[in-house]
Amino acid sequence: MGRKLLLDKAHIEGIRYYDVYRKNGGYAAAEKALKSMSPDQVTEEVKKSGMRGRGGAGFPTGLKWSFLAKPEGVPRYLVCNADESEPGTFKDRYLMEFLPHLLIEGLLISSFALGANTTYIYIRGEYAWIPDILEEAIAEAHKNGWLGKNIQGSGFDLNIYVQRGAGAYICGEETALIESLEGKRGTPRIKPPFPAVKGLYQCPTVVNNVETLAAIVPIINIGGDEYAKIGIGKSAGTKLISACGNLNKPGVYEIEMNISVEEFIYSDEYCGGIPNGKRLKACIPGGSSVPIVPANLLLTTAKGEKRMMTYESLNDGGFATGTMMGSGGFIVLDEDQCVVRHTLSLARFYHHESCGQCSPCREGTGWMEKVLKNIEHGKGKMSDIDLLWDIQRKIEGNTICPLGDAAAWPVAAAIRHFRDEFEWHVLHPEEAQRRNFGLAHYADPLPVAAAV
Amino acid sequence: MAVQFSEEKLNKVKEIIARYPDGKQKSALIPVLHLAQESFGGWLSADTMDYVAGLLSIEPIEVYEVATFYSMFNLQPVGKYLFEVCQTGPCMLRGSDDIIHYIKEKLGIKIGETTPDGLFTLKTVECLGACGYAPMMQLGKFYKEHLTKEKVDQIIAECRAQANN
Repeated sequence: MGRKLLLDKAHIEGIRYYDVYRKNGGYAAAEKALKSMSPDQVTEEVKKSGMRGRGGAGFPTGLKWSFLAKPEGVPRYLVCNADESEPGTFKDRYLMEFLPHLLIEGLLISSFALGANTTYIYIRGEYAWIPDILEEAIAEAHKNGWLGKNIQGSGFDLNIYVQRGAGAYICGEETALIESLEGKRGTPRIKPPFPAVKGLYQCPTVVNNVETLAAIVPIINIGGDEYAKIGIGKSAGTKLISACGNLNKPGVYEIEMNISVEEFIYSDEYCGGIPNGKRLKACIPGGSSVPIVPANLLLTTAKGEKRMMTYESLNDGGFATGTMMGSGGFIVLDEDQCVVRHTLSLARFYHHESCGQCSPCREGTGWMEKVLKNIEHGKGKMSDIDLLWDIQRKIEGNTICPLGDAAAWPVAAAIRHFRDEFEWHVLHPEEAQRRNFGLAHYADPLPVAAAV
Repeated sequence: MAVQFSEEKLNKVKEIIARYPDGKQKSALIPVLHLAQESFGGWLSADTMDYVAGLLSIEPIEVYEVATFYSMFNLQPVGKYLFEVCQTGPCMLRGSDDIIHYIKEKLGIKIGETTPDGLFTLKTVECLGACGYAPMMQLGKFYKEHLTKEKVDQIIAECRAQANN
């Protein structure tokens, strides 16, 4: 069994409530931080831990905190990004539903480190029942002296508020989230200035993901050095993976970042393999925006090494043969799935979610959806495949925020690895309406290059 | 009838505004629009939006901008029970297309339509963060997950029974 730092107590009856959480070691890290550490010491521990932001970009959290501007007399804000919307990702929801006090304790320690006296949890609007759970836990924390004025005699004040969004993927992007929190449309801001200098209400702001902030608790409990020992190299610590698609046991798993992709999919400790004895065709391991890879490139890298569940190993080979850890939204496609249809579904998603601010994304996502729809419904031309490639190239890197890249990558990767499946759709339009291309050669061993 | 929150809801609005620094009451817009949608028939009419603008001392256009941007705000009346079925990749892999087709047949409506009795509206939505429990839909405040045709039948029957009470 891998070590668990976030979900180790998730099975305890009543852990949602303060008394049970406290009895099981809850708020010990907050006590330690407030009573025996300075804010800078907390930041130092987080830096030492090597933890990378768990929202998707994987930027080191301690480093992000150290960029926060601290001008005199200007309030600073911590905003918890709970706008979990990346298709395939549902891990933050699990933490908030079952371990609300873990998040609140993480927010308390982090706010203390950053010197923020007001913290907002921005949660996606569709998670409509979760604010009640969080607000109940916040009220309990107030009652027991962990929020409010002069917390535990430390002189530190903190209030936490929950803010619901209203259905917009783009608000997971930190500057769009800030705009939304200010009561506006969720259109990303041009950076710089970065939120660390001018964020919420033009004040210095740190925006961190739910899992990142929850992980601050074990980092303070066991120490940054100890945390850094878990996992492999720069993939320090444990990561929540939300597994879905064609799996026997979809769900949220906490893994030490030292297991192989194969073990994660097939072992009974994790996903338990693919239902009905079907074979693995492809996988998107880090949420819908990261490149899809066929089975043969998922389980081993192009160099023939075992692919591991780490940031580096998943990225091995770059976009040519690798993919990304992303948010940990692990989507598995079995041999019966159609890559064209699946790509169309994702293209429709990004078209729907584009905020419309930058024309390459606003127009490009719409065209990608239209062209893919034609191919999927037997009206495609061979030149459409090149057209798709051309459109995605013109979106990538040409937009204010990364949604453009996120929309381009799934289409690019699908064509890169499954081009023959797209061609088959064009060449056999009627047959493609009746059956799927199937597993084809996507699980075969990779050809060995004759000459190097 | 003029749009007007109850005393209790007005207190809730005050409580929401107090979460933000002085002069930043516009931050309360999305939470207050949620409250308005719940209170005034499940959708936001122009009158409702104007009322919210007045409460927050902002221009009506600032409210329209926001209400038209976010997919959870309904700008047209919807049925008493709004079925929002997820159709994005992970749900599609688990058969959401079949579920959507089944609901269409069962209720005799197309996507975006409301049944003549005003009870049900069917909407397709993009990823709701329940990918591991697919296929799924949102019904009011909660999620209905692991949908099957039988489960859809049951949900529809429950809604009808509740509406008749």
